[in-house]
Amino acid sequence: MGRYVIRRLLQMIPVFIGSTFLIFIMVYALGDPVAALFGDKAPDPATAARIRKDLYLDRPLWEQYLHYMGQIFQGDFGTAFNGQPVTELMASAFPVTLRLTLVAITIEIVVGITLGVVSGLRRGRTIDTTLLVLTLVVISVPTFVTGYLLQYLLGVKWGWVRPTVSPDAPLNELILPGIVLALVSLAYVTRLSRTSIAENTKADYVRTAVAKGLPRHRVITRHLLRNSLIPVVTFIGTDIGALMGGAIVTERIFNIHGVGYQLYQGILRNNSPTVVGFVTILVIVFLLANLLVDLLYAVLDPRIRYA
Amino acid sequence: MRGATHARWAAAAVAVALAATACGGGSDSGGEAGIVSSSWGDPQNPLEPANTNEVQGGKVLDMLFRGLVRYDPATGEAQNMLAERIETQDSQNFTVTLKDGWTFSNGEPVTAQSFVDAWNYGADVRNKQNNAPFFSDIAGYDDVHPSSGDPTATAMKGLVVKDAKTFTVALDKKFSTWPDTLGYQAFSPLPKAFFTDHAAWLDKPVGNGPYTVDSYTKGTGMKLRRWDGYPGEDKAVNDGVDLKVYTDNNTAYTDLISGNLDLVDDIPAQQLKNVKNDLGDRYINQPALIIQTLTFPLYDPQWSKPGMEKVRRGISMAINRDEITRQIFRETRTPAKDWTSPALGEKGGFNPALCGDACTYDPAAAKQLIQEGGGLPGGKVTLTSNVDTGSHRDWMDAVCNSINNALGEGPVCTVNPVGTFADFRNQQSSYKLTGPFRSGWQADYPLIQNFLQPLYYTGASSNYGKFSDPQFDKLVDEANQEADPAQAIAKFQDAEKILAAQMPSIPLWYQNGSAGYAERLSDVALNQFSVPVYNRIKVS
Repeated sequence: MGRYVIRRLLQMIPVFIGSTFLIFIMVYALGDPVAALFGDKAPDPATAARIRKDLYLDRPLWEQYLHYMGQIFQGDFGTAFNGQPVTELMASAFPVTLRLTLVAITIEIVVGITLGVVSGLRRGRTIDTTLLVLTLVVISVPTFVTGYLLQYLLGVKWGWVRPTVSPDAPLNELILPGIVLALVSLAYVTRLSRTSIAENTKADYVRTAVAKGLPRHRVITRHLLRNSLIPVVTFIGTDIGALMGGAIVTERIFNIHGVGYQLYQGILRNNSPTVVGFVTILVIVFLLANLLVDLLYAVLDPRIRYA
Repeated sequence: MRGATHARWAAAAVAVALAATACGGGSDSGGEAGIVSSSWGDPQNPLEPANTNEVQGGKVLDMLFRGLVRYDPATGEAQNMLAERIETQDSQNFTVTLKDGWTFSNGEPVTAQSFVDAWNYGADVRNKQNNAPFFSDIAGYDDVHPSSGDPTATAMKGLVVKDAKTFTVALDKKFSTWPDTLGYQAFSPLPKAFFTDHAAWLDKPVGNGPYTVDSYTKGTGMKLRRWDGYPGEDKAVNDGVDLKVYTDNNTAYTDLISGNLDLVDDIPAQQLKNVKNDLGDRYINQPALIIQTLTFPLYDPQWSKPGMEKVRRGISMAINRDEITRQIFRETRTPAKDWTSPALGEKGGFNPALCGDACTYDPAAAKQLIQEGGGLPGGKVTLTSNVDTGSHRDWMDAVCNSINNALGEGPVCTVNPVGTFADFRNQQSSYKLTGPFRSGWQADYPLIQNFLQPLYYTGASSNYGKFSDPQFDKLVDEANQEADPAQAIAKFQDAEKILAAQMPSIPLWYQNGSAGYAERLSDVALNQFSVPVYNRIKVS
């Protein structure tokens, strides 16, 4: 197990370097950001040249990348154009998005798996069909539609919740954005667990457990659910990274100053330190979440062992 | 029925959670008593007077600083603020005398030195200030801001402090309306703290305006409070302003409608159809000093060869400005009839007859003119703009449709959308575009000079189409030397008539400032720069 973890951690290094390099190239390909700093006015050549020199933009791409990576290993992620260090932006953005993601994941797990179990156990009945139709609707409606719709109905029309999130982003204000963010994944979790449960209800070990006379809730939670969760856990694990990076839409709708907001600003302003810095952290989150998923397999199904 | 029980539990949990959030907020409308809460965008650059060149940062500087001259928020007329008088004999050497009794909010007096230091700082290339070119008229600018290499001086020789209240300015050539340019925020004075502890100053700027910064969290918001010791006459009538950064102006609008925000100074295009319903007469839509044009790449011979001026005029006549401004912009844009802005006023040089027929939709004449001029280069035309903001994609499609319909030769007009503003600016400023491209211009000061010289004078800084006409240059030079303002404006208009004949850029529409506010506010108005005049807003 320990060796497996170490091997996995070592594998992350090339993935990390490769992905940062790709992102760096992509941002670089967007073009020179300096002209946009001057708005509609012409950039003053002497000032623009100084800014380029300071930002290392007057060097070839590979030199910029090496310089950037060198900085990163010293804990310096560069500076955004408004003069703020990117680490400062991260310190303010990541906790917010992390909270939002946690809310979304919790909703996803609790509601998604519950509905999946309900649906899977009553396959073909009214409730199953209803849930299948509902999840299909949820999957096919884009996030910004549900976002604006729920914001309008709950926030503006009925006034149940604040339509936007205040700067501190306390947990209770994040519930509605969390629901919006979770909805699509929730539908997938429901469908995945439904299928898995439905398959396993006919398995021998379930029949055995029932024949042993175990109480129904014990059969479901200990035997049926545990064995059905592997595909669901895989999905939720990869979803953590996707949710954090994909919060751009939700964060915009609810005015949450998190990762999505900073990434959006960084891309609009062609600011490579911001974009690469944030994506770098997201890549690490993604890799760690994947590792966690793989380790969870062994917990769920002891037959899966890692050397 | 265990499954159904589960579902019921889940539904109940969500309902409880939603109810809990309802207690958290939504009940109180707007902000604290006496405080205006207003939408804000994250300023692009650090907040320094000589480094701020966009509306969001300018909004703050307008509350924090007062300069020598201030533009009347209603008329745009330049009026002395800190300046007792600005005198000149020859339109080239100026003596500035300051009024008594002005201080920064930290108690430091505003002296001649505060201005000279600030201007020298702004001009010095080592400080990388975006607005440095605003000081380029002052003698000695090249010493502190050489086009390459290191500066040979730290101060411009054209600026001399005589005593605490007086300094002189020598320009490198005559510029009669120069004092009127001093209302621009780059010319604000700076306290000593700015130079001694720059980082701390940027975290919490100190100025001499009617407000002070109470707290500033970058990327989130700024709380400004009324400065009771403010010596000026335009004291704030409210207790303060809370600027809140919004990631999206739609969200800001939602907050305004649901009572969480008092003032939005940019109504999102999608909401324009509801705005009158939602806000009634709490919706402001008034001209600002902004014009949108389509500039031709005259550096490309296919657009500049003789006879092409007919084609350029023809394209202008093929654009149905009335319909586009009504349908797409819902009258937040006004069809352009000259190259300036109605916000200047006719006294200031705006002339709605100047473009004449060339800015009037006339498909038959357009078709004829384009044929006479030899047709579109290669039989087609491509419009370019960034499409990340401002409904640019929509109006470009509409303009192309209008041109295609007028010419009746099939889809000869196409759109080249550029993803980000930065990318578009790169292509534009490196002269890579081969068809007409959008150029927006927001004036820095309400002068006709600012709408013409930087854009169309030979070699001027923002002359992206590389238009060049000796007669135009001569008229602008003469206008700048003219001591009588009315004469100067007449000369500028003569120069503008050359634009009407040559059509180096097609005036599309004037952009209005739009804002909406909550019931508890009154006396809300926008100035010519489409920034709310915060110090006059009353909160009930």
